[in-house]
Amino acid sequence: MLLLLHWFGQYSCCLAGCIVSLHVDPVICEAHTGVLYTELSPQECLPSLVLIPTRPRLFSVCRNEDLKEMLESSKESLKLEAMKRIVGLIAKGKNASELFPAVVKNVASKNIELKKLVYVYLVRYAEEQQDLALLSISTFQRALKDPNQFIRASALRVLSSIRVPIIVPIMMLAIKEAAADLSPYVRKTSAHAIQKLFSLDADQKEQLIEVIEKLLKDKSTLVAGSVVMAFEEVCPDRIDLIHKNYRKLCNLLVDVEEWGQVVIISMLTRYARTQFTSPWKENNEKAFYESDSEEKKGHTEEKPYIMDPDHRLLLRNTKPLLQSRNTAVVMSVAQLYWHLAPKHEVSIVTKSLVRLLRSHREVQYIVLQNIATMSIQRKGMFEPFMKSFYVRSTDATHIKTLKLEILTNLANEANISTILREFQTYVKSQDKAFAAATIQAIGRCATNISEVTDTCLNGLVLLLSNRDETVVAESVVVIKKLLQTQPTQHSEIIKHMAKLFDNITVPMARASILWLIGEYCERVPKIAPDVLRKMAKSFTAEEDIVKLQTVNLAAKLYLTNSKQTKLLTQYILNLGKYDQNYDIRDRTRFIRQLIVPSEKSGALNKYARRILLAPKPAPVLESSFKDRDRFQLGTLSHSLNSKATGYQELSDWPAVAPDQSVRNVEIIEASGSDSEEESSESEKTSSDSGKSSSGSEQSSSESELEQKKKKKTKKVPQKKSKPTAADRYSEIPAVYRCVCLLEGPVTTSSFGPVKTYELLHHMTGKGLAAKYHFPRQPCLYQPSMVAVQVILSNSSDHSLEEIHIGDRSPASLSIHCFNTIERLEPEASVTVSMGIDFSDSTQAANFQLCTKEDQFSVSIQPAVGELLMPSSMTEQDFCKEQGKLQGMNETSATITMETANASSQAISKQVLSVANVGVVSSSQNNFSRFAGRTVSSGALVLVSLELKESSTALLTINTEKTVMASMLLRDIKQALTQA
Amino acid sequence: MIHSLFLINHSGDIFLEKHWKSVISRSVCDYFFEVKEKAVDPENVPPVLQTPHHYLISIYRGKLFFLSVVQTEVPPLFVIEFLHRVADTFQDYFGECSEGVIKDNLVTVYELLEEMLDNGFPLATESNVLKEMIRPPNILRSVVNTLTGGSNVGDTLPTGQLSNVPWRRAGVKYTNNEAYFDVVEEIDAILDKSGTTVFAEIQGVVEACVRLTGMPDLTLSFMNPRLLDDMSFHPCVRFKRWESERVLSFIPPDGNFTLMTYHVSSQNLVAIPVYVKQNINFFETGSCGRLDITIGPKQNMGKTVEGLMVTIHMPKVVLSANLTATQGNYTYDLTTKVLVWDIGKLNPQKLPNLRGSLSMQAGAPKPEENPSLNIDLKIQQLAISGLKVSRLDMYGEKYKPFKGVKYLTKAGKFQRLSLSFL
Repeated sequence: MLLLLHWFGQYSCCLAGCIVSLHVDPVICEAHTGVLYTELSPQECLPSLVLIPTRPRLFSVCRNEDLKEMLESSKESLKLEAMKRIVGLIAKGKNASELFPAVVKNVASKNIELKKLVYVYLVRYAEEQQDLALLSISTFQRALKDPNQFIRASALRVLSSIRVPIIVPIMMLAIKEAAADLSPYVRKTSAHAIQKLFSLDADQKEQLIEVIEKLLKDKSTLVAGSVVMAFEEVCPDRIDLIHKNYRKLCNLLVDVEEWGQVVIISMLTRYARTQFTSPWKENNEKAFYESDSEEKKGHTEEKPYIMDPDHRLLLRNTKPLLQSRNTAVVMSVAQLYWHLAPKHEVSIVTKSLVRLLRSHREVQYIVLQNIATMSIQRKGMFEPFMKSFYVRSTDATHIKTLKLEILTNLANEANISTILREFQTYVKSQDKAFAAATIQAIGRCATNISEVTDTCLNGLVLLLSNRDETVVAESVVVIKKLLQTQPTQHSEIIKHMAKLFDNITVPMARASILWLIGEYCERVPKIAPDVLRKMAKSFTAEEDIVKLQTVNLAAKLYLTNSKQTKLLTQYILNLGKYDQNYDIRDRTRFIRQLIVPSEKSGALNKYARRILLAPKPAPVLESSFKDRDRFQLGTLSHSLNSKATGYQELSDWPAVAPDQSVRNVEIIEASGSDSEEESSESEKTSSDSGKSSSGSEQSSSESELEQKKKKKTKKVPQKKSKPTAADRYSEIPAVYRCVCLLEGPVTTSSFGPVKTYELLHHMTGKGLAAKYHFPRQPCLYQPSMVAVQVILSNSSDHSLEEIHIGDRSPASLSIHCFNTIERLEPEASVTVSMGIDFSDSTQAANFQLCTKEDQFSVSIQPAVGELLMPSSMTEQDFCKEQGKLQGMNETSATITMETANASSQAISKQVLSVANVGVVSSSQNNFSRFAGRTVSSGALVLVSLELKESSTALLTINTEKTVMASMLLRDIKQALTQA
Repeated sequence: MIHSLFLINHSGDIFLEKHWKSVISRSVCDYFFEVKEKAVDPENVPPVLQTPHHYLISIYRGKLFFLSVVQTEVPPLFVIEFLHRVADTFQDYFGECSEGVIKDNLVTVYELLEEMLDNGFPLATESNVLKEMIRPPNILRSVVNTLTGGSNVGDTLPTGQLSNVPWRRAGVKYTNNEAYFDVVEEIDAILDKSGTTVFAEIQGVVEACVRLTGMPDLTLSFMNPRLLDDMSFHPCVRFKRWESERVLSFIPPDGNFTLMTYHVSSQNLVAIPVYVKQNINFFETGSCGRLDITIGPKQNMGKTVEGLMVTIHMPKVVLSANLTATQGNYTYDLTTKVLVWDIGKLNPQKLPNLRGSLSMQAGAPKPEENPSLNIDLKIQQLAISGLKVSRLDMYGEKYKPFKGVKYLTKAGKFQRLSLSFL
């Protein structure tokens, strides 16, 4: 009721306005009553029609005052109502800046909706009312400290959206703080704020880059997309910031929200083009095709090109996104494959692109544009889907034209007859612009495929008798071009066209015929002068383009047949001399001097014939998409075919790959801190990990499959009944686990200092020294391999060249070598990583470490504990699995330990120092359990330790691999008793 | 990325503007209007335009233009996809996406746009998340709100954005737990003059309506997943399970959503459910023509064809049509020159027929090309590709949900090219 009363008040107020003036402004009245309409019944609304005659300015003053009053009232509902109306005004683009003081007072309101609407207003007008806007800042500063993450985030959002330069320092501070916030949502908001601050004050760049660098390290999928966006906006050239985060971004990709995926993929495309070598060299084709299986075989064959595993990682992890429902994501993966993948792999994107053609018209438009560019270079990709590009009568014109373009690009000897048949129907289309485009397309097919040139030409000549003018005109133009490419005996066609000349009115077509007759006037000696005679009659009434060609025709005839045409030519030249168009006057003057011998005309006169009747090169009928490939596919620039602001060029592949070790992340350090290891169930990470594991199933699918196919190992049956996070986790292949380790949800294995072993002493190695250790990270190259990091150092006084791995024994040994090190300076050292498949045995891997001059036989003998990978499982699962591995598969021993070392932490530490296994959280204090899988075959290895009285303990190992069990038992026993 | 958004109606009025960065004058739309004037049909306006300082990316939906202004390089599909997502959200909230409802719900629309983008970068586009922050309007609530001064902005803060399943909100509760799946297939076909298939394919979509309590984990399996050739999934679907086992495993969003879209592999022959006999003639003299169309059942797997409708875009010279239909009724729109024959259910015993004469503009030459027929139809309880859902399992929750699957076949872009007079 209160509202109603209020409305009446307003009504009388407005009525006062209408007495003053009789001006009509229906728009404002509509705006005014529209809001009220929801609350009032139709009868009550009726009086509002009376309000129509009002002067706008007075009216708005009156209304504003009214709104002010409402805002200042103590009733929340009235304030809200006023704010709704004000937002309505903003939405309509009306000015509501006068109300700023009244609105800004409500910024600290408790009502969430009211507050949100005030925010909307503030963001819109703060720029105009900077001083007043400052009043609200303290509210936001307070909110930034709120315990609720959403309130912190929204405060930062609004604070950073207020474009007031004075508060730049405050914004900077807020961003820095938010970037370190515990909530990933707030961190995401800070990433957005970075861009806003940058656009407000570009001088803050350096400081902002620091924040970006920090946020890039963030492991939350929520942040990844936004921070990469900020990176792209603020410092897209700082590619060095990406190195360390490259693998993480690749692995997180599937779990990032759709919009972030697009941004990350396009950034990674640019990154990859600067960091990897080209996979496109012809002789490399085969190498890649088998790259996976060859890696397994152990690189026994010589290969000129090996794809960087990181390059492969990117391709593998983006592939599942082709199945995204978001068309932008699919397109960005397609462009990534186009720009980065080996040629034969690009075709996997075809199907997905064709699928997008089912989407909205605007999506079709962009996708077709990209397909048009792709189809020029790679016909084969889209040829099987030719029918998807058939034009439908309901398509929009720009879609039709693009489809036509693609069909023309796809035409070859084999399918041309089908395409031409299809084109025949298009020519008859009611959409005449489209019919004309089809004729152009036929012309292009005719020049490109010589087999059908004659057929096309005949077909086009038939079209000359078409009733529609545009069709005829276009045919003439195309025939002209075709005849030019084939100037043999086509005088019949020229004669035919000369006959049609009278009926054709389209200037371009008339001009084309005139040009043709002029060019081949010697083939039609009788007709040409007659045509010129007709033209002389109608010259003044013609279009400019026709006049120019008439002058040309006259000149050419004058030179070849001056007897018959001299007078006509002079007449036409006289007409042209006084034409209104300066081009025509100019041309006439030039032609006259050129052809008519006189005193003034100089030496050129002699060459007139050679100038005018020179054989001319035939025009090349090309696709209009020919030069679009200079732009990255899927970009705005590609769509517009001109460089858009802020377009980043895609660099060419480097000839030599930059150092690939820059992307190595030191996992040991990252996960080494005790706090992170133990916080396996900490609240913050658990949500992330749950998500990443669900998504990782997607990312890993491919590698999983490959793995299965190749190895045909019997997988331990996974129960499907309750796919808990942990359950799914065990299915994650090595590559992904690496990241999970980083995230910290799984208890990682690497405790304490890593043992380093000597591979080659510098004395034996003539200055080359090598040490190795097991980083205990999953091997990127092949899940069945154990990762080994080798530190090569040069202690001689000269530089060593071409350090690489030579012969190996046993010959079947599968090693993923590091890339040859071209040069190692004295005193320098380099860390390289390699992968060795030990096939679950402790047999040493022998190979030769070669330099340019020498070869040194070395061997790596793994401790049995390094042949394992940690496996994560629940206590129940552990017991269940243990139950299956009884009897033969169980080995146990009783050991005595010092009481000081009997705490579960100390035990874990000792066990993990020996074996790369994962801790299973235990509910019983006297039990410690560890689970792992062998790297090569994936067999479960379960270690359990039961503490008994008087420092004795029962150590049990359950695994199918009995040999490993006994060796492991010995190692663990030794470690526990010694300590 | 996205700088501003303008909503423009059919007649070219800007009725809503929203800026995410500094304000851009609406005069920027003049470039768009210029192009729009030139294009005969609003559908023919190119989606990407360049102006001296800005780039305009627009979509046309529900007789409205969504015109966004961008200033720097951005993947155009990114913007287009987002604009469609905005339109979808309006549709979801207000039941339709038209000028009227947007004007009626201006404040809600504005609040939605505010949440969906931050600084031009998409923030929350999942319908589940948005609905937690801004409640969709309904009559009862608007009455209650007026009386109590309540609001349609959620009191609680959204949980979805932070949960490990961002597409589903936490704490969903229903008394009746139900999950419905609609398998809808569309036949796209072009038949040539003689009635032989030039091109035919089946596109399908699995729409879901899931109202289940808690965090259910569903597994949907098909009898014959091999039929599926290419598909795209809702982000909730675990791609890996699909790759290895060909089952759809997912934690569903709450409410209605599109689970997957698919394309049936082209090796399979596509059954064409109806045949069309047609005869359209225009006579050289007398400025009239004759039309005779009969439709009969072909391969419809023993199901009834319903909702049969024939649409013909007549040449411009056809002034009126004087026809008789044995079944259903026809309309001829004089301005758009579209003849629509709404038949309804197809009775195999008595085939529907439409015949009569067409009168043409006097003196005009007879049309060169005969018009093509677009056919619309529906077959209930049938997925024409033969795809069948075999079972739906639920894990993670204790209760027994009610499960239902519905099949429907529709004609997508079904076109019959006409017999030419040549």
